[in-house]
Amino acid sequence: MNTLILAEHENGDLRAATLSVVACAKALVQHSRGEVHLLVAAGDADGIAAKAAAIDGVSKVIAVSDAAYEHELAENLSALVVKHAEAYGHILFAETASGKNVMPRVAALLDVSAISGITEVVSADTFVRPIYAGNALATVRSDDAVKVVTVRPTAFDAVGAEGGSAAIESADAAAADAGVSFLGQELSDSDRPELTSADIVVSGGRGMQNGENFSMLDDIAGKLNAAVGASRAAVDAGFVPNEYQVGQTGKVVAPNLYLAVGISGAIQHLAGMKDSKVIVAINKDEEAPIFQVADYGLVADLFDALPELSAALDAA
Amino acid sequence: MKIIVGVKRVLDYNVKARVKSDKSGIELQNVKMSMNPFDEIAVEEALRIKEAGHAEEVIAVSIGPAQSQETIRTALAMGADRGILIETDEQLQPLAIAKLFKHVIDKESPGLVILGKQAIDGDNNQTGQMLSALTGMNQATFASKVEFDGDAALKVTREVDAGLESIRVAMPAIVTTDLRLNEPRYAKLPNIMKAKKKPLDVLAVADTGVDTTSKLSVVEVNEPPKREAGIVVKDVAELVEKLRNEAKVI
Ligand SMILES: Cc1cc2nc3c(=O)[nH]c(=O)nc-3n(C[C@H](O)[C@H](O)[C@H](O)COP(=O)(O)OP(=O)(O)OC[C@H]3O[C@@H](n4cnc5c(N)ncnc54)[C@H](O)[C@@H]3O)c2cc1C
Ligand SMILES: Nc1ncnc2c1ncn2[C@@H]1O[C@H](COP(=O)(O)O)[C@@H](O)[C@H]1O
Repeated sequence: MNTLILAEHENGDLRAATLSVVACAKALVQHSRGEVHLLVAAGDADGIAAKAAAIDGVSKVIAVSDAAYEHELAENLSALVVKHAEAYGHILFAETASGKNVMPRVAALLDVSAISGITEVVSADTFVRPIYAGNALATVRSDDAVKVVTVRPTAFDAVGAEGGSAAIESADAAAADAGVSFLGQELSDSDRPELTSADIVVSGGRGMQNGENFSMLDDIAGKLNAAVGASRAAVDAGFVPNEYQVGQTGKVVAPNLYLAVGISGAIQHLAGMKDSKVIVAINKDEEAPIFQVADYGLVADLFDALPELSAALDAA
Repeated sequence: MKIIVGVKRVLDYNVKARVKSDKSGIELQNVKMSMNPFDEIAVEEALRIKEAGHAEEVIAVSIGPAQSQETIRTALAMGADRGILIETDEQLQPLAIAKLFKHVIDKESPGLVILGKQAIDGDNNQTGQMLSALTGMNQATFASKVEFDGDAALKVTREVDAGLESIRVAMPAIVTTDLRLNEPRYAKLPNIMKAKKKPLDVLAVADTGVDTTSKLSVVEVNEPPKREAGIVVKDVAELVEKLRNEAKVI
């Protein structure tokens, strides 16, 4: 059976997460022996569909252009996915704010279970997913006719954005929901790399004391071409906006290097970063639990360590 | 208007989950259980909406074992008016939970349903969205601000990956809470006493007529691989040297 992926995009480009979902789908079709199809829904889907068709491993792109899909409203996207569901054995979404918003609706409308945040494909019907803030890994099996799943992007290495030449088909929109409308958004515009796909992430916690002090992390992030993240405590205190939060209930990251500064290492924070390749912790409390997962720990006052680090990065 | 809130009994967020030796699940015997933190936020929001004069009654609903009565009593002590427990010892999947909530909604006709965005045990983040799909009530998930837009609609600010977005949903609607929506109140002692007298209906899953069978099964539950403990460096210079020459990540 074939696998359908709801593609995510913004400003006319596919989101990096979608390339990881395609990687998961490629692992899946080794068991289910089908094709990977991408559904691109947008106000104007043509340009994005052309990019989607170039993704390595994709056989078909279904492009749907309609004003109803301009803002990722879950009611409208789920109705569209359900319209195409019949032909598929698996329907995959990225485990992003948007994917989480849409996927369970699709499952409920199809009267099947939903499977959230898989990190491994065991077979066509069996998957591994973290539960309890990653303190346990559940292996689950679905006997539903169609498996409706979100895929954790950090668990699958993105496929190439080039090299494919899928056929593009246009399709009609599904009926739009009149009960919901988009009003506006407040997006922080940063020229930093995106948090969930950056190679290096520099995160600050309550120890940073205030938002102004995060400029020290911005400075270091600039020198390392890194993204800046934060603990829940730093977000709750208003140091940085919500989209910085890394953790069980924030974003999951797995960069080559994760630098945790003034973060104690609560399980809810670890859930979002403990699969990073190299973890560095800077904390003045040598007992802080973050040191139990850090490859390199520096017991120091961050207000001394960060300026020194910044200077050391300038030196060749 | 009535508001329904979901309150799930889960392993307390401060307790480290331990995998059972037979790999069947997580050890829940003799460990501290609490209301799911996102549901405390849901109860708080419902109470504030009632206190602002937009609602008359807040009903706390839980689905789970008999001990979930304690979770409902906590909601009642915070200020909810009455409780409903659908009692079951089975670990139901979100689809079954959503169907049971729909059963309650069909009977109570609430103007608003507030659930947590995610239960911190299964980390599913599904129930609110499923309930919206099943009932046709619109959804506003991951809410960090809920405002009334006239009497028949809500303006909801949502935490999304790139920042915040706001949407308008017609009521009746389903809202799921994010961490920044509010800071839940603590129940005061006199209110804990009063809560014992508030009505709490208990029904069995069989009384609802809902089919809760699921085709999703847990094969086994394992501990995640452990990270090797690393080293402590003496200063920034050593740290940078290690990152450059040993780990080769900068
Ligand atoms: C339902 C729920 C969901 C949650 N989700 C998340 C989540 O997704 N992500 C998340 O991060 N948390 C989450 N949490 C919160 C989590 O439990 C912790 O409270 C939070 O991670 C703590 O943040 P922190 O480490 O910045 O603060 P703290 O625990 O207060 O730690 C601050 C650290 O800074 C150090 N420090 C202070 N000053 C200095 C200095 N000058 N120099 C060096 N070090 C210093 C201290 O030694 C301390 O270790 C959640 C909690 C709940 C209940
Ligand atoms: N057994 C339950 N009893 C009451 N509410 C529940 C239950 N399961 C889920 N919920 C509600 O649905 C939300 C999301 O749960 P989940 O989809 O399991 O992550 C929770 O925060 C609760 O508000």
